[in-house]
Amino acid sequence: METRRDIFQAIADPTRRAIITLIALQAMTPNAIAEHFDTTRQAVSKHLRILTECELVTQKQQGREIYYQLEINKMKQIDQWLEQFRKIWESRFTQLDHVLATMSAGRQAIKNNKK
Amino acid sequence: MKKSLLFDFTVNKESNTINVNREFAAPLDMVWDAWTKPEILDQWWAPKPWQAKTKSMDFKVGGMWLYAMVSPANEAHWCKADYQKIEEQKNYSLADAFCDENGNVNSDFPRSQWTNIFTGNTDTTTVNISIEYENLADLQQIIELGFKEGFSMGLENLDRYLEEQLTFANKTK
Repeated sequence: METRRDIFQAIADPTRRAIITLIALQAMTPNAIAEHFDTTRQAVSKHLRILTECELVTQKQQGREIYYQLEINKMKQIDQWLEQFRKIWESRFTQLDHVLATMSAGRQAIKNNKK
Repeated sequence: MKKSLLFDFTVNKESNTINVNREFAAPLDMVWDAWTKPEILDQWWAPKPWQAKTKSMDFKVGGMWLYAMVSPANEAHWCKADYQKIEEQKNYSLADAFCDENGNVNSDFPRSQWTNIFTGNTDTTTVNISIEYENLADLQQIIELGFKEGFSMGLENLDRYLEEQLTFANKTK
């Protein structure tokens, strides 16, 4: 099987997105992470493995525990890439809001004239 | 300030799909018109500072919308949408493409499959857009190429533009 190395693989799954949000605040052990989810510990481990393969999280040994931490710079790559596309839609929608506001005002004016 | 309107933007890499959810402060029939009538589409479809200019539009199954995205330097990029399925004021789907001014598809560029679903609420309308590409490389190509020239410039204008919109929205209240 091909190794998963793509950041988009990492964020394609809702549980993985939740894990990312969780460890964005502080590095956590697999057990502490698993406590936040209803799924099995194995399932969480699998997600952590995929996130590690995507280089979005790294492991850090501290005493006897392994902590998972988020690689913020890797996250920024996704952001930059998506932000362009998101901005296009934002720009469009802001324009559409404006158009709709004008249409609403026009419709209201017609209603008022009929009264 | 008005309650902010829902705006979701997600990419599903497994299905090569972009999902966009947006709520608009207008009734269903009005929002439907804004998406399906060329004279209204031309007013908003192109992200600033580009402008959309419709050459022809036949909004029916098997019909086509042929339009140009025009840059501030007056450069035109021709695009089209082939309508495949329409349920009045509910949803429609289309295949988009880059083309020439006569609608002949330019096969150097990937096409994508769109489904737009409209849901009317009490005083707002939600539009759910899903755009499916054949593969992720296609999607990346579209983003990188489509808006390179005009768009970076657009970003600089965007903040100011948004501010204007906000002032406008406050005035109309």
